Amino acid sequence: MKAAMCFVVALAVWLLLFWSLHWTVVLGGVLAAALVTALLVHRFPAGAAKMLNPRRWFFAAIYLPYFLYYCVKANLDVAIRVLHPDLPIRPGIVKVRTHLSSSMAKTFLANSITLTPGTLTIDIDGQELYVHWINIHTQDPQRRYAEIVGRFEPLLRRIFE
Amino acid sequence: MLDTIAYWIFGVGLAFDLLGCIGLVRLPDVYNRAQAATKCVTLGTCMILLATALFGVGRDWPMFVKAMICAAFVLLTSPVGAHAVCRGAYLGGVPLADISVEDVFVDRAEAIRNE
Repeated sequence: MKAAMCFVVALAVWLLLFWSLHWTVVLGGVLAAALVTALLVHRFPAGAAKMLNPRRWFFAAIYLPYFLYYCVKANLDVAIRVLHPDLPIRPGIVKVRTHLSSSMAKTFLANSITLTPGTLTIDIDGQELYVHWINIHTQDPQRRYAEIVGRFEPLLRRIFE
Repeated sequence: MLDTIAYWIFGVGLAFDLLGCIGLVRLPDVYNRAQAATKCVTLGTCMILLATALFGVGRDWPMFVKAMICAAFVLLTSPVGAHAVCRGAYLGGVPLADISVEDVFVDRAEAIRNE
């Protein structure tokens, strides 16, 4: 089942990138997808079949603009810091806890944190995220949690868990 | 009309890419630099690809599809790349800049090195 999904996804991406159904392209795609499946199927996320549920797509569709908003905000934030003559940064590495359990959800959480204002995930250890923060402005764990993790967690839980 | 929008997105994307490069030069250490590089360059590159996709609307649908797939891949892989670079740098012993105010990764890094 996992192998079949991996194969179909790989083949679909191949065909979309070539945008052709010529038999050579399809044959090459089948071979490449088979190779990818053979080498990497053990890495294919276990709960991927859950993603076929349309309710999860609905939340993913909400998540995308929500995430893009923070992504643009992050860029303006970096732009101000970089162009400011005094370079206003207070960097450091902090630790925050997440309540997500599946590895796919945690991966997306880490990616989202990296692309949002001032934070970059360095490592995940179980439920703990080590995050490089460009402007540490609070010592309070609750506020840190809310600023770094809190805004993505509820949506990601509905999408992936 | 669509072309005008595409040109504007193209320009803004280039501006973000430029800001990312300025950040790369001005910020103090590898971790801060990785921040500027990932955020700005990811969004900038995605916007350039989006503009490319818009040029394809109605004229060249394959280009639209390919550009969107590329944008999705950039969006998914570049944070992972930054994470790997920073983690590797830390484990390799690159220090944080002097102005850093906190560092809780020391113990964990020590544990990883001893594994």
